Amino acid sequence: MKKAFPILGLLTAALLSYALYDALMVAPKEQTMGDVQRIFYYHVPSAWTAFLLFFLNFLASIQYLVRRDPKNDKVANWVVITFAVLTCVAAFVIKLVPDLMKALPEGVELSSIATTGPIIAGIYFLLRKLFSVEDSDALAVTTAEVGVVFCTVVLVTGPLWARPVWGIWWTWDVRLTSTLVLWLIYVSYLVLRRFSSSGQTPVLAAALAVFGALDVPLVYFSIWIFRTQHPQPVIGGGGSIDPRMLRVLLVNWLAFLCFAFLVCWSRYRLERLKRQVEETQALEALLEPRGAVR
Amino acid sequence: MTYLYVAYAATWAIHVGYLITLAVRYSRLKQEINDLNKK
Repeated sequence: MKKAFPILGLLTAALLSYALYDALMVAPKEQTMGDVQRIFYYHVPSAWTAFLLFFLNFLASIQYLVRRDPKNDKVANWVVITFAVLTCVAAFVIKLVPDLMKALPEGVELSSIATTGPIIAGIYFLLRKLFSVEDSDALAVTTAEVGVVFCTVVLVTGPLWARPVWGIWWTWDVRLTSTLVLWLIYVSYLVLRRFSSSGQTPVLAAALAVFGALDVPLVYFSIWIFRTQHPQPVIGGGGSIDPRMLRVLLVNWLAFLCFAFLVCWSRYRLERLKRQVEETQALEALLEPRGAVR
Repeated sequence: MTYLYVAYAATWAIHVGYLITLAVRYSRLKQEINDLNKK
């Protein structure tokens, strides 16, 4: 595993360079916005990566909360399985009822509804298999911290695109405001973890993360539900994009996903090491002779 | 073009800044491990 990290690091660096070249040189120039539209190749992949990391934080936090009690763990497993089955059933029901079919937002496919539940359940059980209870807490810290970094990129690159295109840096539009709230929730999560020394901190943080994750679908679907100034989705929302632009966007997302994976790997190792050191220090303090404590 | 370059530079500044904080935390932790080993 130690040898894999530098090799993956080099591959990711090469992919990021290629993605940057693609974004600046290969992607066609947008007719109305011009070159400033190329910010999109960093802004959108960063947002998707942040959402993915917050979603993993949500699953890891739920696992930390429920797996400490075998009874709750069993119930949670059944809830996840039921959720997966229900999304498949819902897709069939929507197909059979024409009124429901009409109510479906433009661009939402039945296949995506049917597959969402099983994919979420799959990731849940994969994390359950790969991480112990304590490790899922370490994973939650890792994904929250790296997610905040990516969300910061979104909040910085967004206004830098808006200024030349909209003529303003910021507007209190639903998409923008909900993204800022999401960032604030996860920053407060990290502040809680950093400055609270209570034994209950991981439980409180996990509960905060579960509620914080509720903001992610609100951010994502806000441009479908509300009338916003933010551009409509180019994928899956009834929008369209030049295939060459789509390829560059996906290459950039892949590059940022690989980068996020490596950063999370480093941060996770650091967290586990930190916990081992803290345990050793606590043991040492217990074993010290009484005179030394004074 | 200025906004484009500023956005790309800011993105990498944020990522590199975070990587530096990780490296600093690693080195501090290593120092702590060395201190523990000395004891």
